[in-house]
Amino acid sequence: MNGRNDFAVRIGTVNGTGSASANGLLMQAIFRMGVPVSGKNIFPSNIQGLPTWYEIRVSGAGWTARPSAIDLVVALNPATHAQDVALVRPGGVLLYDSTWPLDAALHRDDITILGIPFGQLCVQAFERDRDRTLLRNICYAGALAALLDLELGVIETLLTETYGKKPHLLAANHTAMQMGYDAAQRLGVCPLPFHVARMDRTGDAILIDGNTACALGALYAGATVGAWYPITPATSLMEAFKSFCERYRIDPVTKRHRYAILQAEDELAAAGIVIGAGWAGARAFTNTSGPGISLMQEFIGLAYYTDIPAVFFDVQRCGPATGMPTRTQQADLLSLAYASHGDTKHIVLFPADPRECFELAVQAFDLAERFQTPVFVASDLDIGMNDWMVPRFTWDDSYRPDRGKVLDAEALERIQKFSRYRDADGDGIAARTLPGLGGKGAYFVRGSGHDQHAGYTEDAAAYQEVVDRLARKIAGAATAAPAPVLTAHGPAPAEIGLITIGGCDEAVREAAAMLDAQGHAVDVLRVRAFPFHADVQRFIDSHDTVCVVEQNRDAQLRALLAVELGVPRDRMHAILDYGGLPLTAQVVVDAVLALGAGVAA
Amino acid sequence: MTSIAKPPVRHPSARLNGLGLALRDYEGAMSTLCAGCGHDSVTAALVQACWELDLPPHRAAKMSGIGCSSKTTAYFLKQSHGFNSVHGRMPSVTSGAAAANRGLICIGISGDGDSLSIGLGQLSHAIRRNVDMLYVLENNGVYGLTKGQFSASADLGSRSKRGEANEQAPIDPVLLALALGATFVARSFSGDKQQLVPILKAGLAHKGLALIDVISPCVSFNDHEGSTKSYAFTRAHEVEAVHADFIPLRHAITVGEGSEPVQVVQLHDGSSVRLRPTADDYDPTDRDSAYAHVRGCQARGEIATGLLFVDETGKDMHDFLHTVETPLIDLPYEQLCPGAAAMDDLMSRYR
Ligand SMILES: Cc1ncc(C[n+]2csc(CCOP(=O)(O)OP(=O)(O)O)c2C)c(N)n1
Ligand code: SF4
Ligand SMILES: [Mg+2]
Repeated sequence: MNGRNDFAVRIGTVNGTGSASANGLLMQAIFRMGVPVSGKNIFPSNIQGLPTWYEIRVSGAGWTARPSAIDLVVALNPATHAQDVALVRPGGVLLYDSTWPLDAALHRDDITILGIPFGQLCVQAFERDRDRTLLRNICYAGALAALLDLELGVIETLLTETYGKKPHLLAANHTAMQMGYDAAQRLGVCPLPFHVARMDRTGDAILIDGNTACALGALYAGATVGAWYPITPATSLMEAFKSFCERYRIDPVTKRHRYAILQAEDELAAAGIVIGAGWAGARAFTNTSGPGISLMQEFIGLAYYTDIPAVFFDVQRCGPATGMPTRTQQADLLSLAYASHGDTKHIVLFPADPRECFELAVQAFDLAERFQTPVFVASDLDIGMNDWMVPRFTWDDSYRPDRGKVLDAEALERIQKFSRYRDADGDGIAARTLPGLGGKGAYFVRGSGHDQHAGYTEDAAAYQEVVDRLARKIAGAATAAPAPVLTAHGPAPAEIGLITIGGCDEAVREAAAMLDAQGHAVDVLRVRAFPFHADVQRFIDSHDTVCVVEQNRDAQLRALLAVELGVPRDRMHAILDYGGLPLTAQVVVDAVLALGAGVAA
Repeated sequence: MTSIAKPPVRHPSARLNGLGLALRDYEGAMSTLCAGCGHDSVTAALVQACWELDLPPHRAAKMSGIGCSSKTTAYFLKQSHGFNSVHGRMPSVTSGAAAANRGLICIGISGDGDSLSIGLGQLSHAIRRNVDMLYVLENNGVYGLTKGQFSASADLGSRSKRGEANEQAPIDPVLLALALGATFVARSFSGDKQQLVPILKAGLAHKGLALIDVISPCVSFNDHEGSTKSYAFTRAHEVEAVHADFIPLRHAITVGEGSEPVQVVQLHDGSSVRLRPTADDYDPTDRDSAYAHVRGCQARGEIATGLLFVDETGKDMHDFLHTVETPLIDLPYEQLCPGAAAMDDLMSRYR
């Protein structure tokens, strides 16, 4: 990563000072120059005053995983100078705000150190404290435009789009940007050896985060009830749903809402609301993160045991306890797969990026209603809150929601007796009726022991009949849920098979390409749903070396594979990364190479 | 077993209501509660109230948590859907069902353990949200189903069956509801069907959450000497603070019958209640007055009963949510999905 359209920048600032808009501006400018780009926000659990970083990766080849090395570090927060200097790859560049000195002890001979007094420039140019703080961000963006050879026209257009309606703001932003640009030019190094050159590789793409995409999925799937309790990193999902609803779900005549969003008193209540609404026949969902999932456990078991559809978006963060709320992880896998006490098993979907968030969100509602059960969409902070470059979403107007087996008054007429939990079709899915129907369609939901007629029971056989049906039903979901995605090295199985999940996908496929370049043939299989599709078993069987790459300490995906497929645990090598940052390809490459002997070159 | 089907016999002379249904049509499975349990009387009063109201059984949704009290949703309205959920969480499940289908008539049944301990938060927030529902809290001062531990409504000094006195202050659902802004607050006694039935009917007709705290003695664990939730104690200390008559829509309202002061409150569906407070300075349409009166009774060792407070002008959950009149579950998918053209348009925002 050290050339044209192949490098990474890391910007260190202080949170709450408005750097997000400048970072977004840079991302957007590169994207509009047709060059694939991705951004990772590494932020603190705090509102103002703590260090925050933003990493931008530019990759003409289209790799969007978190960069393995940083070519240019922009150090704007003296509190993190030491950390920032250390991060520059040998031969790379450090740009710091020379309003404040850089400790001589931090100097490195193997990097280029550049200083621009951004703070001072802004103090001279602007009157108000607030402007000086905010515009320092646009000032460094201007400097980066010069250093990285971004097209000024593109940046001007972006500024106009943002501030066009407020001329004084537009003028100030323009001044700040130009000031930074000129200051960088004066350094005499522009453009740097690594920089951006216009391409045509983003024409069909968008920049979007996974929470927005999940919300869009819920909107298009026809969800009408959303219940939630605020929690990072899930909050923006419901906020996005609300803003979509305000745009698309207002009755044009009465101005009344065709949706209900309830901010509940806690996650227990959010789960209860969603289950009540699902029982009543609405498509309902909640968005939460690990702590919320912990609180919802009892309710999840109720919905499972009583065949009630509900969709849960779990935007995972670092646990346990409060953990690191602004860091990413995939450590809820076990607690989702078997959520609640007693024998349970749940359908869990694992999107790898925002586009899949959209697609799997829609599927989650279909699966929930078809299988009459809770369905989880396991996203994570990296997918949920960072902007990803993905192919634009499309919609097929012929789509109709799969409401599953719901008997209406007419259908009820045709049957002798309605037994809520009778497996008439042998697929474990019993037909339901919705409240409001009455008559012989009325039945009683109970979380206590019930028989196939929904009657109370303490009879061993009648109880087992119901729980065995549930097991059959969920097993059947393995083929209906999205199949795993294979990225094959060639027509025959490669020596090494990497199994991965969710947002690790980009880094793992990049690692496979890097390993391939070093002469190691690697196949990648990305699991997209639990319970596992039969292809997962086949992939393991057909690879001599199997590694499972995931972001948690305890190799949870590997544990699930071992338990569910009966594969001996030690047959699968665990490659684990759980410090809270998105995975990089280098971590995977190093781990695979470390397997050492036995891995054919 | 908690549900034993009753033989479907109908007496030829059974009286029919406006929907052509007999009282039996509003009953449910045979109760399996202890003989004499107060909860069974509440069930009977509910059957009576629903029958008299001509309540269409198919529109009702019977909601409950866990406890002996919560079991009773199986014992009435057999032609209605019911949901016996988890302990203390009936209010959230009901909120969801009511949000999805505003056409449902939600009847929530709970206990003092279910609502005042594990579910205190959910009760409080259902009141804040003002979910349109009847909320019957069958209050016996103990956890019946787990065999007689004190609940949070146990009065100071009330003795358990084994003789221990409760030393912690009780939570009074009536005072709580008044403080939280509930728009319909009542207290009654399972042994006083005359009083309970009209209150249930008014609660069903009320727009918003109607909380009815019903003292409902537990004969197995809290009906002894020394208990303040026994039949004997309740009979001796109950003071009707407000007498309520329910006047259905089809009856003309004749105000000012007799000599006592009467207040008539028009309910959401056009029916009304006629309130006769027993004290001159008590206005059951004034929250502060109701609160003061209930506190005053409490200080005198009296249990204030009746329809203690009603405000029919409050906003309910659907008002807060600005939802369309059509139940959300009945909206056609075409009104919910923006479609492909909108998607194309939307995508340009992310370029
Ligand atoms: C999570 C949970 N904890 C505990 C219980 C055990 N439990 C069942 S009913 C009950 C108390 C019920 O008391 P109350 O609501 O007053 O009903 P009552 O039986 O007195 O009518 C308890 C503690 C449970 N079912 N679930
Ligand atoms: S234990 Fe008490 S509350 Fe439960 S059924 Fe018996 S009398 Fe009623
Ligand atoms: Mg009780």
